[in-house]
Amino acid sequence: MESLLTLLQEVLPDLLQGTLVTLQLTVVALAIGLAVGLPAALVRVYGGRVPRWLAVAYIEIFRGTPLVVQLFVVYYGLPDLGITFSRMAAAFVTLGLNSGAYQAEYFRGAIQAVGSGQMTAARALGMTQWQAIRYIILPQAIKLALPAWSNEAISMIKYTAVVFLIAVPDLMGKAKILGGRNFNYMELYIIAAVIYILLVFIATRLVRTIERKLYTPGLEMEAERH
Amino acid sequence: MSDQALLRIEDLHKAYHTHEILKGISLDVQEKEVVVIIGPSGTGKSTMLRCINLLTRPDQGHIWLEEIEITAPHVNIDKIRQRIGMVFQDFNLFNHLTALQNVTIGMAKVLKMSAKEAHEKGMWELERVGLVDRADHYPAQLSGGQKQRVAIARALGMNPHVMLFDEPTSALDPELIGEVLTVMQKLAEEGMTMLVVSHEMGFAREVSDRIVFMENGVIVEQGPPKQLFYQPKFERTREFLWKISELYGKDEEESSE
Repeated sequence: MESLLTLLQEVLPDLLQGTLVTLQLTVVALAIGLAVGLPAALVRVYGGRVPRWLAVAYIEIFRGTPLVVQLFVVYYGLPDLGITFSRMAAAFVTLGLNSGAYQAEYFRGAIQAVGSGQMTAARALGMTQWQAIRYIILPQAIKLALPAWSNEAISMIKYTAVVFLIAVPDLMGKAKILGGRNFNYMELYIIAAVIYILLVFIATRLVRTIERKLYTPGLEMEAERH
Repeated sequence: MSDQALLRIEDLHKAYHTHEILKGISLDVQEKEVVVIIGPSGTGKSTMLRCINLLTRPDQGHIWLEEIEITAPHVNIDKIRQRIGMVFQDFNLFNHLTALQNVTIGMAKVLKMSAKEAHEKGMWELERVGLVDRADHYPAQLSGGQKQRVAIARALGMNPHVMLFDEPTSALDPELIGEVLTVMQKLAEEGMTMLVVSHEMGFAREVSDRIVFMENGVIVEQGPPKQLFYQPKFERTREFLWKISELYGKDEEESSE
């Protein structure tokens, strides 16, 4: 017990630094994913033929290949084309684009679940297509996508661990380095795992609170009817 | 035909792939006129209605609303649609908005009214359909009849010059139809110009100025309700009217005779 406390005292400051990096990666990746995924979903549903095809290509490439491959291509591959990212930037870009592809699919499903009657009614009122999307379709789609989006947000905390492979000092990366000092990998990975669980627990509570705040009576039911 | 027609439809054609839905429809609607369009399903009644605000683009033909030809190229259709209220069979209320917000969103975003103005007018429109006490309810918390009345209030909020009703009571339970028809009748009495696709024969006989009988993409016959019911030119019109009356309008039929 005493040795565990001593160990914690020794490694926690470093691990917490790593935890901050993990949180930073999660938040930025989700933000980039939202900024890319939502427009990609809109283009997939409402776009012309060529934009739609481009959106599909983006989504399928990022959903169809392993995250670690994407990370290596961005960090090790792109410099050959003259595009060089720092470790952190490579991690942000890869995680963000990866999340964007998944988010796009969640939003697409939600937009389609809203039903074409809502668009028709909005246009019949004299709204432009953009106004209809902005005021009628998206507010409903975002609420309908929230459960799937929450899972994506929670999963992202864990997905970020892959970036230790390009030596980003996140929680996983720090645990590996610290474990290497005294060859007590197992202890450090377990401590890291406990921190991950705590993060996931807190994040879960957070997104459920948001879901409750945004609840609209019967929205899912009405969407399903169409 | 007179030149003052509020709405003029001329030789409207529409086909989906090779299937011709509308085969040359011409119709004039005068201001304050209430026209009920009847006919077997699949004869293009709803398609015609949707052509009037260009939710469906006709392949051929012209439509004028007041002085504007809405089928002309480069017409700002969003502007035109503000003058045409539409009520749908499935209500299509905005599910994330309360009854009041459903009525005010068009005023606020399309007509650019201030929040206060939109609120006041929204409450007034809900008053017109008798639903002020449901202002804060979401669509899922309303009955079908209440939803349709909110949908009517939403359309009225835009101060339309003409109202289109696309089978407004077809999705309703029988006991909820009356409240919607009552609101529509009140509108008609207030002088709203209305085009109604419906099988409610009681409404057609008592409220409409003219019944238009459509079949297979053409207008077979039209005229005042009395004429169509009692002296139709075509046997087919009589046959259809009485069959429909039996199916849908029995109560009204008995009580009015």
